[in-house]
Formats: sequence, C-alpha cells, structure tokens
Amino acid sequence: METKPDYNRISASQNFKQLMLKKKRFLFPMTLFFLVFYFLLPVLTSYSKVLNEPAIGPISWAWMFAFAQFIMTWALCMIYSRKSVQFDKAIEEIKQEAAGRKQA
Amino acid sequence: MNTTAFSLFLGIVAITLIITYFASKRTKSTSEFYTGGGGLTGWQNGLAIAGDYMSAASFLGIAGSIALAGFDGFFYSIGFLVAYLVVLYLIAEPLRNLGKYTMADMIAARFDDKKIRGVAALNTIAISTFYMIAQLVGAGSLIRLLLGLDAVTSIVIVGVLMTIYVVFGGMTATSWVQITKAVLLMAGTFIISLIVFAKFNFSLTEMFNHLKTATPLGEAFLNPGNKYKVPLDTLSLNLALVLGTAGLPHILIRFFTVKDAPTARSSVVYATWIIGIFYIMTVFLGFGAAAFVGADAITAQDKGGNLAAPLLAQALGGDFLFAFISAVAFATILAVVTGLVLSAASAFAHDFYGHIIKKGTATEKQQLKAARWASVGVSVLSIILALFAMKLNVAFLVSLAFAVAASANLPVLVFTIFWKRFNTAGAITGMLTGLISALLLVAISPSVWDPAGKAIFTGEALFPLTNPGIISIPLGFIGAIIGTLLSSKSDIKKYTEVMVKANTGI
Repeated sequence: METKPDYNRISASQNFKQLMLKKKRFLFPMTLFFLVFYFLLPVLTSYSKVLNEPAIGPISWAWMFAFAQFIMTWALCMIYSRKSVQFDKAIEEIKQEAAGRKQA
Repeated sequence: MNTTAFSLFLGIVAITLIITYFASKRTKSTSEFYTGGGGLTGWQNGLAIAGDYMSAASFLGIAGSIALAGFDGFFYSIGFLVAYLVVLYLIAEPLRNLGKYTMADMIAARFDDKKIRGVAALNTIAISTFYMIAQLVGAGSLIRLLLGLDAVTSIVIVGVLMTIYVVFGGMTATSWVQITKAVLLMAGTFIISLIVFAKFNFSLTEMFNHLKTATPLGEAFLNPGNKYKVPLDTLSLNLALVLGTAGLPHILIRFFTVKDAPTARSSVVYATWIIGIFYIMTVFLGFGAAAFVGADAITAQDKGGNLAAPLLAQALGGDFLFAFISAVAFATILAVVTGLVLSAASAFAHDFYGHIIKKGTATEKQQLKAARWASVGVSVLSIILALFAMKLNVAFLVSLAFAVAASANLPVLVFTIFWKRFNTAGAITGMLTGLISALLLVAISPSVWDPAGKAIFTGEALFPLTNPGIISIPLGFIGAIIGTLLSSKSDIKKYTEVMVKANTGI
C-alpha cells in the first residue's frame, strides 16, 4: 500500500523552499515582461502613428514589432526549457529525499 | 462539383475512420477514453495541440482578414501565438500534475467541493459549445461553397463524423485526427506560402512594395487601423486572445495525454514552434490572396473573406491545389470540433455524472458508458444549435469563447496554483462573475445588436465594444478576490499539498 506523502515536511524542506523561490524569481518577471512586450504593440498602433514609419525599405516598424513578437515567443520558450532543466534536477532531489524518508 | 476535391474529402474521411477503427480497439477504459492512456510523446502532443488549436477561423479567417484589412488581420496571429507563453509559464505543468481528466479536476484538487466542480464543468460546456457552433456553422457554409452540398447536409456530415471519432475512438482517435490535420495544414500552407514568396523572387521588400499598390486600400493596407478603429476594442480583443488560450478546456485536456509535467512542457514548446511558423505563413496567405486574387474577387465569394485561402490556391495552382486546400480546410474543421466534443463530453460525464451525481461511486463500466453517451448528447445538441444558428453571423462566438475562457477560467486557475489565501467561495464567485459578465456584455454588444440589422437583433448596442475582455477579465479576477476575502474560510494545509503536487508531481 502506498502511503500519502508527507506534504507538510516536503514543503518545509530547504530544497523545496529553494525551488519555489527560484521559480518565483524566474516566472513572475518573465511573465510581466512578455505581457508588457505584447501589449506595447496594440497600444502603440491604437494610440500613435510612430510604428507607421518605415524600418527596412517598405516594411514599417509595426511589421518589425509584429515579427519581433514571434521571435520573443520562441526565445522565451527556449529560455524556459533551459531553465526548467535546473528545476527538474531540484525536483528530482526533493523526490528522492521524500522517498528516502518514507523507507526509513 | 469539383471531382478532385470530392475524392480528397473522401480520402480524409477514410483516413480518419481508419484511425478511429484502430483507436477503438485501444479504448477500453475511462482513462483511455479521456486521455488515450497518457502515452503520447511531447512531439506527438505538440502536433496534436497545434491541430486542436488552429481552427478554420485561423486558417481561413485570418488569411481573409489579412487579405482584406492588411496589418489588422495579423493581430489574431500574434495573440494566438503569444498566448502559449501564458500556457507554458503558468498553466501547463501544474495542470498536468494536479489534474486527471478535466479542467475541473485541477481546481477540485484544491477545493474538493461539488459546487466548484459544477461551475467549472458549466464553463467548460459553455466555452466548448460556443466554439463548436461557430465551427459547425462555418463548416456548413464552407463545404457548401467548396463542394456544392447544401449547408444543412454539410453540418450533419461534419457532426456525424465528429461523433463517430469521439464515441468509438475517444482521446486516441481525437489525438491522431488532430496530428494528421496538423501535418496536412502545415504542408498545404507551406506550399502556398512558398509559391507566393517565389512570385516575389523570395524578397520581402518586393512583396511589401507590391502590396502598397495592389489593394483598394493603397498604402494604408500595410498600416494598422483598417479594421480595428476603436482603440479600447483593439486592446480588449488582444487581452482576450492572449489570456484566453490558457483557459480553453479543449486545449487544457491535451495535457493529460502525456505521462508527466516535463513532457507537458515539451509538448507546449513543440506546439509553439509549429503554431508560430503557421501564423507567420498567414502573412503570405493573406498577401498572396490580396495580390493574386484581389479584394473584389474575394468578397464576391464570401463577404467575410473566408475563402481567400482556397481562392488563392486556385489562382496559383489551379483546380488541384484548390481541391487540396479545400480538403485541408475540411480536415481542420473536423479536428477542432472533435476536440471540442471530447472536452464538453468529459465535463458532462466525468464532472457532472461521475463526481456530482454518482459521487465518485460509478463503476468503470458505467463511467465509460456515460462518457460515450455524453459525447453523443453533446454532438446532437451542437448540431441542432448550429442548424438554428446557420443563418446568423456567429463568427463572434469564437472571440466570445476566448473571452469567457480568459474571464471565467484563467483567474481561478492562476489563483488555485499561486494564491495561498484563495478559497472555495472565491473560486465560485470568480468563475461566475467571469462567465456572466462576459456573456452579458456580449449580449448587449454590437456583435448582437446593430441598428442596420447586420447583427442578430436590430437596435442600438448598450455596450460599445465588440469584445468584452477588457471589462470581464478584470471582473473575473476581482470576483475571485472579493469572494475569497468575504469568506473567512481558508485551508492552508490543503494549499501546502497542492503547492507540493503542482510543482513536483509527487
């Protein structure tokens, strides 16, 4: 029979606290960043004409900014994948710690 | 009737039925029905997410919007893609760790309360039904134009097919139909984009230069502001697009088809690549249609511009390419409605029947039976609603689905994972304020009321914006916060468990 893991002890462990802190420090600033980056485009196109200026030949800054949204999305995907390798390692340690305690 | 198109349509029906046949042999338990056994790889699920997500509204609608309105049409492409960052950063992994079969499972992991499950299931059903009516009505007019079948027959054919896939093949059939469609859609869009780009000698500058004079809009074609002239409405739309995806039940259930959180993560990453490449190509589809078909020819076939992509295919590659792209559009519709049927049916069978009526005591056999009957019920209901809505302009239902998802589901999902003090009362008030405010605001919006009779009712709209998001999304968050603070209850011990589970999968 599998017993229920001791969630209180896991959440109180140093490893888990560290993981949560690291995640928070990564997720919240990044989320804020991409939301601001995203809304900057409709805000600028709705309330100003600055993006109508040409950037490269006939292509205006509005299009450059629009394409930059794609680059930003892919870049943040890669950054997240990389960062989560660290998180996965920490999670593995927490799991082993929890399993070790159960056996003992 | 175009015989090539007709045989390609039959080909797609044949492939999907073969998939369903093999899937049905592997669908013997509830878990297999709802999640396909949870054995998809990240790459497979990434393709399936893309297939589930890129609807006819994306493929045909955005291509048409860009062709007719230039830059403004591209807003949808951007919003639909950036939305995946919200899914990746905030929702996908905790959802996989906490949930089992449905979105309500995840919220119930923290608040084991029948009322919460009921409201979450209601949201799922509402969102999936709106989305499905829009897709089915679209399917009706599309197949009528492409194959010459009348709209009623077309809706019934699509409706019967989606029912067969889900009832017999469950999630396994749904996943593989979506994967097949994603591959076809990417191939079709890539071929057209390549031909369009070749016509401009593979030069973006040449393409943009040409578009400055190719359309009735002249140079303004390339600038924002042709379609969305009310700044607040533009922002409202963008808000619903970027926050809605992470609350769409038919997308969320895809994360239960993989074995763990890291695989859920990699499937979002694959999906984001595929979906991003697709939405970049919508520029080529739209520009190509504007340049080689022309605005007049596009609106002559369909006022909304929905046939821009197939017409472009005809202009570039004659009848065969036209037939192929039409068949791709057909596969696109099938894959999306199939995912919608499954998500609504799982809310009925797993949440309402399994947990609320039977209180978790239903046997495996009863549950599977309930899931199958729920799928039939959902399909029949949607077909009937679509037949009634056939003559109406229901394109706004897609953005309504996104607005409800962002207003009613997202706040509660986010608070469930991240807010310690959050409680049962907050979850219920949050979901209900989000749902009701989005519905009410749309009911009094210009999408429903138009003085010239172009909408469903004739008259002045009381609410000036077509998209409710900018009001209803904050209301969803505020409702959840106020509900939480007004109730003294809070269960920190349960939150500890949820926090550990959500972040580690233990």
